[in-house]
Amino acid sequence: MKTDFKLILSGLEALIIRHDSNFLNVGERTNVTGSKKFLRCIQEQRWDDALQIAREQVEGGAQIIDINMDEAMIDGEKAMIHFLNLIASEPDIARVPIMIDSSNWNVIESGLRCIQGKGIVNSISLKDGEIDFLNKARIIQKYGAAVIIMAFDEKGQADSLDRRIEICSRAYHLLRDRINFSPQDIIFDPNIFPIGTGMEEHRNNALDFFKATAWIKTNLPGALVSGGVSNVSFSFRGNNTVREAIHAAFLYHAIQHGMDMGIVNPEQLVVYQEINSQLLQLVEDLLLNRTENATENLLEYAAQNQQKKEANIVIEDRSKTPLEHRLIDSLIQGKTSFIDQDIAEAIATYPSPLHIIEGPLMKGMNIIGEYFGSGKMFLPQVVKSARVMKQAVAILEPLLLQSASKSNASQRKKILLATVKGDVHDIGKNIVGVVLACNGYDIIDLGVMVPNETIVSEAKKHQVDIIGLSGLITPSLEIMTEMAQLLEKEGLNIPLLIGGATTSKVHTAVKIDPHTTYPVLHVRDAGTAAQEVSYLLQKDNHDFVSKTKSDYQRVRENYVKNSQQNPLKPIEKADENKLKITDCIYPPNSKDQVIIDFKIDDLTPYIDWMPFFQTWGLAGKFPDILEDHIVGDEAKKLLHDAQEMLNDLIIDPKISIRATFQILPVKRNNPASVQVLEMEHQFHFIRQQQGKRAGESHLSLIDFLSENQTDYMGLFAVNAGIGVDAWLQEIDIENNDYKEILIKAVADRLAEAATERLHQMVRTEYWGYASNEHLSPQDLIAEKFQGIRPAPGYPACPDHTEKKTIWEILKPDQTIGLSLTESMAMYPTAAVSGYFFAHPEATYFGIPRMGKDQLERYAAAKNIDTQTAQRWLGHLLQNS
Amino acid sequence: MGIFQDIQIKNLTLDGAMGTMIQRYPLSEADFKGNQFQNHPIPLKGNNDLLCITRPEIITEIHLQYFEAGADIVETNTFNAQRISMADYELTECIAQVNTAAVNCAKKARELYYEKHGDEQKKYIAGAVGPTSKTASLSPKVEDPAFRAISFDELKSAYYEQIDALIQAGVDAILIETIFDTLNAKAAFYAALEVLENNNLQPITRENPEGDIALMASGTITDAAGRTLSGQTAAAFAISLGHLPLFSIGFNCALGADQLLPHIKELKKHSLAFISAYPNAGLPNAMGQYDETPETMLEKVRPYIQEQHVQIIGGCCGTTPHHIHAIASLHQKKVQS
Repeated sequence: MKTDFKLILSGLEALIIRHDSNFLNVGERTNVTGSKKFLRCIQEQRWDDALQIAREQVEGGAQIIDINMDEAMIDGEKAMIHFLNLIASEPDIARVPIMIDSSNWNVIESGLRCIQGKGIVNSISLKDGEIDFLNKARIIQKYGAAVIIMAFDEKGQADSLDRRIEICSRAYHLLRDRINFSPQDIIFDPNIFPIGTGMEEHRNNALDFFKATAWIKTNLPGALVSGGVSNVSFSFRGNNTVREAIHAAFLYHAIQHGMDMGIVNPEQLVVYQEINSQLLQLVEDLLLNRTENATENLLEYAAQNQQKKEANIVIEDRSKTPLEHRLIDSLIQGKTSFIDQDIAEAIATYPSPLHIIEGPLMKGMNIIGEYFGSGKMFLPQVVKSARVMKQAVAILEPLLLQSASKSNASQRKKILLATVKGDVHDIGKNIVGVVLACNGYDIIDLGVMVPNETIVSEAKKHQVDIIGLSGLITPSLEIMTEMAQLLEKEGLNIPLLIGGATTSKVHTAVKIDPHTTYPVLHVRDAGTAAQEVSYLLQKDNHDFVSKTKSDYQRVRENYVKNSQQNPLKPIEKADENKLKITDCIYPPNSKDQVIIDFKIDDLTPYIDWMPFFQTWGLAGKFPDILEDHIVGDEAKKLLHDAQEMLNDLIIDPKISIRATFQILPVKRNNPASVQVLEMEHQFHFIRQQQGKRAGESHLSLIDFLSENQTDYMGLFAVNAGIGVDAWLQEIDIENNDYKEILIKAVADRLAEAATERLHQMVRTEYWGYASNEHLSPQDLIAEKFQGIRPAPGYPACPDHTEKKTIWEILKPDQTIGLSLTESMAMYPTAAVSGYFFAHPEATYFGIPRMGKDQLERYAAAKNIDTQTAQRWLGHLLQNS
Repeated sequence: MGIFQDIQIKNLTLDGAMGTMIQRYPLSEADFKGNQFQNHPIPLKGNNDLLCITRPEIITEIHLQYFEAGADIVETNTFNAQRISMADYELTECIAQVNTAAVNCAKKARELYYEKHGDEQKKYIAGAVGPTSKTASLSPKVEDPAFRAISFDELKSAYYEQIDALIQAGVDAILIETIFDTLNAKAAFYAALEVLENNNLQPITRENPEGDIALMASGTITDAAGRTLSGQTAAAFAISLGHLPLFSIGFNCALGADQLLPHIKELKKHSLAFISAYPNAGLPNAMGQYDETPETMLEKVRPYIQEQHVQIIGGCCGTTPHHIHAIASLHQKKVQS
């Protein structure tokens, strides 16, 4: 199967050479030793031009491209890596295999580390002995490349037929016998030396090469023969007609003898049959050493026929193509060579730079997006197109800014991108980032595993115009939904883009869009992302937004209509699948309501500083954030100010902190209520109804209480805002925004710290079920204890109105000065309230959706009308 | 009897998805952290490979389910267990430990299987080696296409560390899988060859059936144009790995069985190794779930076996022991030709 072919290589595509196929043409112009033009490109770091040379070769028919950076003034290794990496991003070049050409082994090995395909190493030899030769061959074998072996050994270069045979034979047998090198991957270069040098010993240079080629092909099975052809005509530099004839005739005879491939400049080649017959005869006399005076005869002919040949530069007549088409074509082809002049022309013709971007450039990007989606283009091409876009935008940008400042219009729009918490996949996100950056947006990329809170705080800090979320794994879908809810809660009216492999328009429409008043769009890929962003950020996007919203509404309705799969479980079924726990009933040490005053200096160790920094838009873990090289100084300063404020508060307590709680005997009143014994009060809980995997329960908080026995749950409320308002009024006179925010942030932290401390006291003393618990404040922050303290309005118990019952029992307005507003918000705001559950299996969970059936049952149990229930819980309904 | 002798007489069945199976267990952050990592500064939930250390019984149970379903080869739960991916979790110190624990989970499952059913039917353990989260052939920065987020040598040494641990722990095969960038894979196999060399082990190939370790390659076709993420065609992919003493080459993930078949056929033209395929249970639907039932997947996989396109077949994302059971039922004894 494999041996049907004489050479098998690959770039992005396969190159398979049959035994009967023609001479294989290796492009030689990306070689600094052979092309002055290419050398200048590399020396002047004009990489685009260097790539253009490579591209032209491939377009001109080179099946392999030889790349050589061996020049004293160039760092060959660096240049090789850079150029190969660039080529990898140019699919129209990278489709062919690469020949890594260097006499420096380090350059070769660096090159091998850059190419994903199977290329050719050019070259190694026995110059430094067998051990060195085999070591290098073994390394090449591990990278997976064919290799050219120069006919060169410890004694020097082979210059006769016998020496060529001796060295090639030895090298072949070493490779085959010692390291089992694949014979098809062995290519010999038996040295093409110049003819017509006038020196006697060079008379047989071409002929010996032909004979050596024939010998190799006959005696070294599978091996191939290659050579650098232009060397042969070295003596005739300056006379292209003669050189071209020599090349053509040399190749003709070499191929007859079995030469498989060679490094040839196709433009320095004529068709053998078309060579002037007189010239051909003279050339062949010389090549085949047929006459004594062949050199002189050819030189004489050359002198007579010396003509300057103008370089045949083909100028494509682009002017006939309309400008828009030219721009679009450059984008699709990923060509940068004409973009500067075309954009200059566009600036003169279009009414404004923005029209150029939103016109032909976006049109081009849209076509690319479509091609990509339908498989007509693939990723590296798209990335390349994006680069052209970037170059175009770079030219337009200063003009855009000018016109922007003139019209006092918007500056560059900012787009925040993040891969959500728990997900590390970021390739797609990065690509969207670059494509959007190319479209002239400022990209704030938060990286991977970004918590939603960080996204919000960064979005606020940078005042971004769009947030893009990415995720590849299924659990990320859930996080994105939470993110959407958080944005809504925070009242940030920022459009949200959803992307990544498992996301879909349907998911976005069904699960995310209903939570938001701001626009949410699913983007399939970088191309559509750019398009949607441009629509979203146009000056008057009202139509687009309302169109999108109704579009997603329609998708949602269709989904509900058309799909029976994965509906919410009927509530009765969900009830049956409740979590069944073993009873763990802990009678409390104290059953009375307790009120506790906290001292600030007792609470400081319990402060979780991370949310504090998040409030200020500083993302990072505490205490690492203090050492962060970007925000570290700012973080230190903030922490210093906060701690100073705490110290002042310890001396002069402008804030007092008060908590109350009670552990109550309760009995489960199935399906979903809890009766507080010896009281009228009932608590009502909601159960998960979403689809669950086998083995997973539909959770409700009541599951953490005993089914039949009297069990206990706690209620608590913490107020750390006593005195805050008065204090704020004081400083308001000073008009000190910074201090105001600092006070609020510190009070918030104290409320959380007091709750943490309270929970600990309850666990170890008042309730006492965990009297052996010995945890540091850090462990507490990491929640390494038994029991939970969920708060009404949060995911496990999403009904805010249950707070009313807590207020009826604990009367926090009277006991600790904490009141409840009509909308169920606590005042002062530095406050926490909720339940304590003690069961070892009690965990936090979320109730993302509920069915109408549960809502109605819930309303009935609470004795409220369905409409009221829907006002508080409607966002959880499946079909809302 | 060894894996080479087995594949001469029958098709081999690979296991199915690990991630989907793990998701069936309600696991919390504490499960992932276990005792050893309870003080780890960042969340570890989602780092499935870590469960080999913290909840080994779950991993063993999943392996055992696949053995029971008829899988001849199970893959260790080590898809991300090299330092490049683990760096995201700040867990680069535990590479050897995770891989060793993972092999032990699979070995334990094999012991349990043998205890119950005898060891007549040999079961094999393939060390799963994923693509890492970085790519050596593409630049993540459009403005700097020559930039690379990771170098060949960094990849090679990360892979060496993982593969060495897997082999020391006693795997029968190394499966470099879900290859989206062939250059990453070349680095992985370079490392694998060095591990073999340094441990004086031989790869199992058609030329060397008596070797010690089977090297298996499995790429992934990600786009509608039939290319890998890094832009290669199926043929170019096979050729680029043609220098390796591979036991098998194939494709997994990304596409459903029906879309994968043409690319599998293409591989066969360009490689002498055995051909493998472990497609997803269809494409993820709009809600990120895989729709194909064992029955529907079986129908799509049937031509693979009947038309003898592959010798090794299993399932990727969304497949379960039920899918593998269905696929294994297709395997009949090969007619010796």
